Amino acid sequence: MAEVQEKADSGKGGKKRSKKMSVHLDMTPMVDLAFLLLTFFMLTTTFSKPQTMEINMPVKPDNEEEQIALKASNAMTIILGEDDKVFYYFGLGAPEENPEVIETDYSATGIRQALLSPRVKQNAKMTVMVKPLETSRYKNMVDILDELKITDTKKFALVEITDTDKQLVQTKLGQ
Amino acid sequence: MPKVKVKRTKPTLDMTPMVDLAFLLVTFFMLTTQFSPEEAVIVDTPSSVSEIRLPESNVITITVDKNDRVFFGVDSKQVKEVLLNKMAGKYGVSFSPTEVETFSLLTNFGVPMNRLKSYLAMETDARKNYDKQAPGIPIDSVGNELGDWVHQTRLSNPKVVVAIKGDQDVSFETVQKVINTLQDKKVNRFNLITDMENRPQNL
Repeated sequence: MAEVQEKADSGKGGKKRSKKMSVHLDMTPMVDLAFLLLTFFMLTTTFSKPQTMEINMPVKPDNEEEQIALKASNAMTIILGEDDKVFYYFGLGAPEENPEVIETDYSATGIRQALLSPRVKQNAKMTVMVKPLETSRYKNMVDILDELKITDTKKFALVEITDTDKQLVQTKLGQ
Repeated sequence: MPKVKVKRTKPTLDMTPMVDLAFLLVTFFMLTTQFSPEEAVIVDTPSSVSEIRLPESNVITITVDKNDRVFFGVDSKQVKEVLLNKMAGKYGVSFSPTEVETFSLLTNFGVPMNRLKSYLAMETDARKNYDKQAPGIPIDSVGNELGDWVHQTRLSNPKVVVAIKGDQDVSFETVQKVINTLQDKKVNRFNLITDMENRPQNL
C-alpha cells in the first residue's frame, strides 16, 4: 500500500501562501450533552393527552310508567361474567321466552361476530343491553363498549343485572 | 529498499449536521414537554379504539385502583382551593391556609374527609408512603363523599368534565358504585380513560 504524499510546495510561483487552517473543534462532549438532554426530554415527555371513550348513561326516569317497553324481538342481551366469559342471548330474558344463552369470548371471532350477524345489523331497532355481573372486571366493560363501537352498534345501554339473568348464566354454566 | 511509510491520519468526522439535528430535537422536546403530574396511584387502564382525547383542562379524574380504592382529582388549582373550602364548610372541618395550599398542589388523593386534615399535615414523602395504603374516598351509599366532591366541583366550575380512570382488574361492582354515584348527582355523561389500540380493519 502506498500513499500519495501531498506535495508541500509545487515550487511554482514562489509566493508563500498563508496557510488556511480550518478551526477544528472537538464537539464530542457537546454532542454527548445534547444527546443526554435529548434522551431525557424524550423519556419524560407526555406527548398525548390520554384517550377517552365517552359514554352517556340514560337519565334516571322520575316516572317509570312513562317509559316505552322494549319489544323482545328488538332486544339483545349481553352478560359479562367472571373470568372474561361473555354470554349473550336475543330477547329480554323472560323465563317464558326460554332464551338460548350462548357463551362466547371477547376475540374478533367471538362477540363481534354476534354483533355483526344479520339479526343485529339488519334490525335498525335492535337494542343491545350490556349487563355486567358484579364479578366481572372493569376491562370487560370497556372491551364490550369497544366492540359495540367497532361494530358500529348505535343503540345500546348499560343495564344492571337482574336475578333472572344471573339464573340464566348459572344454568348455562351448569350444563 | 526504503520502507513505505504509512501515514496515520486520525479519522475525523464532521459532526456539525448531527449536532444541529440533536439540538433541534432537544429544543423541540424542551418546548413541548409537559411533565406528567405525580399521581397518588398507578393504574393500568384497559385499551380501546376510541380516538377522543381528554380535554386539556376542567377535568375531574376519578381513579379506581385495583384494590377498589377510589381517588379523586381536579386539575385546576383555583378550583381546588374553592372546593376544599366548600367541603370544609359542609363537613364542619376547618383548614389552615397552608393546608389549603398543600391541597391545591395535589394531583389526586384518596382519604375520607375526617382524615384529610392529618393527610395534608404530612410531609411529601410520608404522604407518598401513606398513599400505598390509603383507604380511598368512601363511595358507599351511606356517607358517599365522592358524590359530594363531584357535586361541589361542579358547583364551583360548571364546565367540568368527569373522567373515570379505572384499572383493568377492578371488579365491576366498584365501577358500578362510582357510576351510580355520578348518576345520583345527575352526571350522565362521562369519559372512561383508556389506552390506545388499533381499530381492526376487516370486520
